[in-house]
Amino acid sequence: MLDKIYLIPFLPGLGALLLGLFGPRYIREKSHWIACTTLGLSFLFSVVAFFELLQLPAAERSLEVILYQWIEVGQFKASLGFQIDPLSVVMLLVVTGVGFLIHIYSIGYMHGEKGYARFFTYLNLFAFSMLILVLANNFLLLFVGWEAVGLCSYLLIGYWFEKHSASEAGKKAFLVNRVGDFGFALAVMLIFATFGTISFTEVFHRAPEASVGVLTAITLLLFMGACGKSAQIPLYVWLPDAMEGPTPVSALIHAATMVTAGIYMIARTHILFSLAPFTLSLIAIIGAATALFAATIALVQNDIKRILAYSTISQLGYMFMALGVGAFTAGIFHLMTHAFFKALLFLGAGSVMHALSGELDIRKMGGLARHIPKTAITFVIAAIAIAGIPPLAGFWSKDEILWSAFHSGNTLVWALGALTVLMTAFYMFRLVFQVFYGKSRVVPEVAHHIHESPSVMTYPLMILAFLSIIGGFVGIPPGRGAFHSFLSPVFGEHGETHSLASLGGGLGLEYIMMFISVLLGAAGIGIAYLFYIKNPQLPGRLAKSLAVPYKILLNKYFVDEFYSRTLVRPGIRLANFFRRFDQVIIDGIVNGVSQLTVFTSFLSKLFDDHFVDGFVNDVGDGIAGFGRRVRRFQTGLVQNYALYIVLGVAAMLTIFLLR
Amino acid sequence: MPTSHLLLLSALLFIIGTVGFLIRRNVLVVLMSIELILNAVNINLVTFSRNFASLNGQIFALFVITVTAAEVAVALAIVVSLVRNRETVDTEKMNLMKW
Repeated sequence: MLDKIYLIPFLPGLGALLLGLFGPRYIREKSHWIACTTLGLSFLFSVVAFFELLQLPAAERSLEVILYQWIEVGQFKASLGFQIDPLSVVMLLVVTGVGFLIHIYSIGYMHGEKGYARFFTYLNLFAFSMLILVLANNFLLLFVGWEAVGLCSYLLIGYWFEKHSASEAGKKAFLVNRVGDFGFALAVMLIFATFGTISFTEVFHRAPEASVGVLTAITLLLFMGACGKSAQIPLYVWLPDAMEGPTPVSALIHAATMVTAGIYMIARTHILFSLAPFTLSLIAIIGAATALFAATIALVQNDIKRILAYSTISQLGYMFMALGVGAFTAGIFHLMTHAFFKALLFLGAGSVMHALSGELDIRKMGGLARHIPKTAITFVIAAIAIAGIPPLAGFWSKDEILWSAFHSGNTLVWALGALTVLMTAFYMFRLVFQVFYGKSRVVPEVAHHIHESPSVMTYPLMILAFLSIIGGFVGIPPGRGAFHSFLSPVFGEHGETHSLASLGGGLGLEYIMMFISVLLGAAGIGIAYLFYIKNPQLPGRLAKSLAVPYKILLNKYFVDEFYSRTLVRPGIRLANFFRRFDQVIIDGIVNGVSQLTVFTSFLSKLFDDHFVDGFVNDVGDGIAGFGRRVRRFQTGLVQNYALYIVLGVAAMLTIFLLR
Repeated sequence: MPTSHLLLLSALLFIIGTVGFLIRRNVLVVLMSIELILNAVNINLVTFSRNFASLNGQIFALFVITVTAAEVAVALAIVVSLVRNRETVDTEKMNLMKW
């Protein structure tokens, strides 16, 4: 299998091609067969690849499979090649596994949609792109996958493109992403300029040769790309708007996979980052700030998907925090567990919306647990996981990040993270209580139709719930679990979080930290219970007494408005200026030149008529006039002619005699 | 008889003949004027023959007379034909060759 690793991305690619060409006309409502089969096979092959990799001794678990030399221009070489090592295998399993579950879920969720085939085409195309991204063995191929997932994100967010807000959201996502891509592209160029190659193995091997300054520049630019793709400050603004897309899209792309591309990329290039400590500090701070920032916004949102979107931004902040303090394995660990419970949360939200005929305002929900129990139970499991309550998955990964931050001396980062834990638990359970428990605030017409989702939607929920429960166990004991040893060939000592035994005296401290995390989580849940079950007037009263902060949070700190005023509108004005310049000046010049040509031809005609024709006519007239005058000699009278002879003779005689 | 008298006679006859040829309207009179010119030339020739005691002049005059005779024959034939066609002897009316 390992040498045929290319099948894993190419199968969904083939699926996308078939569905794209023949789907809308011929395959239509059977599209899911092709899409799910291709991705299902990819998942199976990923599992096989995983086991095959395990057969190899740990030190040799890194292969490159090169299909062919794609570009070779002078010194610049890029191959179509795939890199298989523990990190890529973990990503493969997450992408294909969670992706496959979401494909199954979509069969139910997108049932009856007009663009059914189109949806699965894009989903498969996305899977293809993401798999290329995680398997690439050089920066250019990774960038191809990187851009392609951005494209698929645009296509899928704007899936219901007839809706104005959806098409605008798609554009916004793509444009904001582009800013990040700009940084990433510059980084790749700088890498080539510095190392003369863009192949991962070569660049990482020669990384220490470059100066810290250059490496810092490269890593900052790479991080800029990651900010765009993984929605960190200041390029996160597209993610909440991306909720305009269908819920399976939100689950797959904006929770489990595409947004994790930035994390993966930094993990993959960690050697460069570990040589640029400034960038790492920056990453940690931005990650922590984003985590807290997004969590505060989520506290007061009323749209079920927006809450989850900000939650995603916040959790991505955690992953960046981990990377920033050098705990790369912890970051990937949280990526994995987050994929499980965030996908579950989104799919669950989709299930709720399905039950309520599309409602997404949590103020119009409530008491749904008895009507849609399967959705409710799985959702609550996910909420417990994300709140970081052991023994569910979220606790292990989140706690490891917090411990790494604290232990590496970044106390501020730890503090921000800990505060976010409290908020995360609070807003998640605010969501849970508002939606599933308490009094029903559902509008009556909608309430009549409440029904549990079909099994094609609930089975993926249950599988993800199961994974959310046991998913963390691979990371036990913290910092030294199976997950860590599996990834150690990739990250070396950077991955292994300094834990318990290695730093003696840390044992007790680590348990205390764990206890604090759990306490914060439980406190968050408790406060949510207080606010939304015990004492439902509390939120309203608090909002009124803290009216200004409430307004700021509800309006997401007015960031979008700020961007609009400072970037978007000036940009549009600039574009309009150039448009007018083009129309008035450029077109003016072109039209002017044509007018000049017309005028010149007019003058030419004038000259031609007047002078040339005139001259010709005058010559003719002249000759005619001359002829008119001369012909008068021809009188026809012989005697006249004789006279001329006589005159001539007389003249000659005169001349002759006078000589 | 002094030569100058004879030459003068020849010149006068020549001039009369020329002017008559140019001025007169009757075709036949024009022809007669031409004869006059030719005869004036004859007199001139004979005079110079007498003057230089040479026969050349007289012989040339004989040639002139011969040619004149032939020419008159032809000329009259043309004139007769012309007059018959135009039914007039007025030279001013014979301007078909006018432009």
